[in-house]
Parts: sequence; structure tokens; C-alpha cells
Amino acid sequence: MIEKESHVLVVFPHPDDEAFGVSGTIASHIKSGTGVTYACLTLGQMGRNLGNPPFATRESLPEIRKKELKAAANAMGLTDLRMMGLRDKTVEFEDDEKMVNMMQSLIEETNPSLVITFYPDYCVHPDHEATARAVVRAVHRMDETTRPKLHCVAFANNTGEELGEPDVVNDVTEVMDIKLNAMRAHISQTAWMLEDLEKRLGENDPEAIQWVTQERFFNYRFDQGYE
Amino acid sequence: MEPVKIEAVQELINRFANKEVYIHLETTNGSYASHFDEKFFNAGAFIRNAKVEYELGKIIGDPPSRVGLKLGSLGWIYAQGITHYELDDQGRLLMAGHDHQGKLAVSLQISDTPFE
Repeated sequence: MIEKESHVLVVFPHPDDEAFGVSGTIASHIKSGTGVTYACLTLGQMGRNLGNPPFATRESLPEIRKKELKAAANAMGLTDLRMMGLRDKTVEFEDDEKMVNMMQSLIEETNPSLVITFYPDYCVHPDHEATARAVVRAVHRMDETTRPKLHCVAFANNTGEELGEPDVVNDVTEVMDIKLNAMRAHISQTAWMLEDLEKRLGENDPEAIQWVTQERFFNYRFDQGYE
Repeated sequence: MEPVKIEAVQELINRFANKEVYIHLETTNGSYASHFDEKFFNAGAFIRNAKVEYELGKIIGDPPSRVGLKLGSLGWIYAQGITHYELDDQGRLLMAGHDHQGKLAVSLQISDTPFE
């Protein structure tokens, strides 16, 4: 059972970051009447998947991904989508304080009881890391009594070894179709992956079923830095 | 985009010679390369909107081809692995190299106006 929230703020850098590990949780909150804001920092302009044979170019990709992001939001029933206007692969090179300020403004405006982002040092892509650091810093600077919960997605190869088991596991079986539709919405990036996933789901592969029915988060451990 | 035809691309490269142009140049293995294979050394670079003028540009070799732009006596721009090209609806020459799975590995683009 997913804990009821007053408002949820989700912050990721790329269209599709929300689809894989969080879209079921987002859909569940929306279904239970909780407002969800999704701030997506870039348009994934530097993505490598352009179709085979290519149907997109480096220059047409951002518009395609923007449409896909909106379609994914529709699939999840999400109405408060914020596109923050940064460029893919450059987030870590923005001014760190500017990034923290962006997160503080989002938090002040939406007043979330739960914030979802990546777990710093365990999220692989430099844009993920920079996004996660900015969110953690913004939340860390808040008075401890008014801080929202901070659930972080971690998937680096050393996650299990160093962070252990995730302490929040959301069962999203009920909204599994919505989750699959959110992934399908990002078809320029997910076509290959979905082909494999749908085949495995058809064969009742337990690992694939677990992957689409459970979403796993770590509460951020504030004794670990990024103040 | 369509597969490189040397003569057609050469003709387009010639069109942008001897005037100020904006260049997008990029190589990439993807940000997850070292995640999927920890032994993989991930390197890449990109420049967006370098303003240059080249006096001579050539595309050479059966695709994947090489493209070199000679910046007078000042320097060079070079890309290897070019497989596809397009003159887009804004009159920009987009060249790219897609790997065996179709993923972008290299991109060299030339425009009269800055890329947005």
C-alpha cells in the first residue's frame, strides 16, 4: 500500500527517466487523488536513439521527445508537467547554486509532502547525479521539521553492495498497464527495450514481472553530505 | 536522414564553404557505456555553435565516411564514421554516424545560423 501524500514533486533530467522506475508510483498517487508535479530538466536532446533506420535527427529529436513526454504525462494522468529548459548532458556544468535555487522554487511553490528524484552517487548518468545533488541540497537546507520525505531511485551497479536493500517498495500491479503505456509513450527511446520486455512478460518471466510491478526507492540519508 | 551518397554530400559541403558557418560536432558512446561494461573507457566530446569559416571541405571513403573541413591556415575540423545525411527544412547540413544498432555515434552539422 502506497502511503497517502498531500502533494508529490518528481524531479528528473530526461524525458523517460520517470517512465521506468516511477511512473507506476506517479499513476498510483494520481489515482488516489494526490496532485503530482513532474519537473523534467532537459528534453533529452543528446539521446543516441534516433531510429534504425533513423527517423529523427540531432535537431528534430528535442521536439519529438517533448511530444513523447507530454504523451507519457497524459498516460499517467499527470497535468502539472514542467519543462525546465536545460540542455541534455550539460546539467552538471550549470551553476550549482542556480540548480539548488531551481529546486527550492519548485518545493516552495508546490509544497510537496514527498519529493522523488535519483540517489546521488548511485544514478550513473552525470545529469542524474547533478539533478539529485541539487534536490538533496535544497531539501537538506530546509528546517528538519518541515522537510518533505525524499525518495531516491538508485541503480548503479554498486547500489546493493553499498546502500543495501531499498527501504520503500511500491506495489504498482494495479497500474501496470499505465506504466507500460508511459514507457510506450517514449517510443523513440524505448522501442528495443519494450520489444524485449513485452516478450518476457508474455513468457511470465518473474524478473520482468517484478520489474514492472514493483518500484523501489531509498530514503535519502542526510548524514551523507551534499549540504 | 538517408544513407550517405558521396557526390551529393560533397556538393552540400561545398555550398557552405568560404563563409561564416556554425558547427555542431559531437562524438558519443552514450552515458551508460561504462555502466553496462565497467571495463569500457567512456570518452566523448561535443561543441555546439562554433563559428568558423572553411575554405575546403571533403567527404572521403565508402560509408562510414570521413569528413574534413580545412579552416584556412588556422586549423581543422574532422569527423569519422559518417553514415547518414540530410539537408533539413532549415537548410542545415546534418551529417551523422549511426552504429550497427542505429545509435548515434558521431554528428557533424553545418548551418548558416546558430543551432538553437
